[in-house]
Amino acid sequence: MTAQPARIVPPPLIGPDDIPYLPRGVRLACDRVRGIRVLQAPERAMQLDAIGDAILGELDGARSMGTIVATLADRYNAPPDQIAGDVRDFLTGLIERRMVFVRGQNGDGP
Amino acid sequence: MKDQLQQQPRDLDGSPVTPGLPMAMLAEITHRCPLACPYCSNPVELTRAAQELTADDWGRVFRQAADLGVLQVHISGGEPGARRDLAQIVGHARDAGLYVNLITSGIGITRDRLEDLDRAGVDHVQLSLQGIRPDMADRISGHPGSWDKKMGFASWVRDIGFPLTINAVVHRQNLERLPDMIALAENLGARRIEVATVQFHGWADLNRRALMPTREQAAAARQVVNDARIRLRGRMVIDYVPADHHAVYPKACMGGWGSTGLNVAPDGTVLPCHAAQSIPWMRFENVRDRPLGEIWRLSDSFNAFRGTAWMAEPCRSCDRKTLDFGGCRCQAMALAGDARATDPVCSLSPLHAQVLARAETDAQADAAEFIYRRMKKGE
Repeated sequence: MTAQPARIVPPPLIGPDDIPYLPRGVRLACDRVRGIRVLQAPERAMQLDAIGDAILGELDGARSMGTIVATLADRYNAPPDQIAGDVRDFLTGLIERRMVFVRGQNGDGP
Repeated sequence: MKDQLQQQPRDLDGSPVTPGLPMAMLAEITHRCPLACPYCSNPVELTRAAQELTADDWGRVFRQAADLGVLQVHISGGEPGARRDLAQIVGHARDAGLYVNLITSGIGITRDRLEDLDRAGVDHVQLSLQGIRPDMADRISGHPGSWDKKMGFASWVRDIGFPLTINAVVHRQNLERLPDMIALAENLGARRIEVATVQFHGWADLNRRALMPTREQAAAARQVVNDARIRLRGRMVIDYVPADHHAVYPKACMGGWGSTGLNVAPDGTVLPCHAAQSIPWMRFENVRDRPLGEIWRLSDSFNAFRGTAWMAEPCRSCDRKTLDFGGCRCQAMALAGDARATDPVCSLSPLHAQVLARAETDAQADAAEFIYRRMKKGE
């Protein structure tokens, strides 16, 4: 028998200089029947809260996560460090699900 | 008053139930298929081409589905490419505002047609995989040349830029090659791979002795999936449907009967799940006769197993009843002879030991030959 391993927090999959974007087949949409915002992706529709919707609405394939964090911190008058953590964790979850892609500033990446 | 009583949705015992809103619809637009996989999820009684809904019928069904809350349609078959008007059907789905997943064998769709489907608005392509390399893939699918055609199709998918999911159906005769299937999906540039162990309904049940995985294979597959998930984190998603005969608890079939999904068969019959017609006493309604929304909310078939009041013991007093909903109704029908019974693959079912013993026996069977899925003569 082996002991239960300590819970490991997986490392983030995006840094401040990386540029996140919605790849083909992933798009923001209105769910008119339920009155909510959703992220439509291959075989999955994910309900978005206002924060998630605000973050994904900033993804334009041109600006880095750092720039997006600064924009959101300014708009919502919130501490940039806190916004940075929230955005990084939220996007990491979507990158794990292949619903957000990332390219480096040099244009490499998937 | 009488009308109101009739309008209150009730389960099969007459207890009131509350229908929710469906998220996803499986549109099986044809049962025709060039492949003959021995575990096909289509019913053993296949629908003929002459009975299929027209493209305009599908357009009406998609608009009704979107009004009902459906966000995604999975256009499947059979092989959906067997319909020449597939692009028109896809266009109707996008016009209705649905996200379109195309679920295909990749056989019979040329590059030109795939480009038409791109213009028509297919959002995502799911390609089935029967095995690795021509010998295995062609034998299991019963279609010589299938492997080469699939690999060609996958390269067109990549050129056009569709997001790709590989759907690998696994069983005793191909589970040893699971690591190769995952590697292949990675090489094809897939965003996701679904590793789905055969579910023993219909055609697959006829082939139990050739397909049932061993307990050792089920355990090894779990390990392969866990290791690959760590290795491929952020690069490829692995969705895994384990061998439920070897599980402790049953799968939450359909996320609960009549709760989030529905299936429309080629002739317009509306089903709570693709295997529901294996419940012999259940009657199903058709979109030719009644709007989809009314069928979803009011039909006896959808209401039969909504909620939890219909459950018998040991489900009724089980704290997992809202997690797995007692498992699969069709499997309960097939294995316990009673669609309302606890799914006998559950370790709490009184039939569990017997079901497990039969699975172990079938897994050791010296049977390699398949009963292939075919339409009967004259169909």
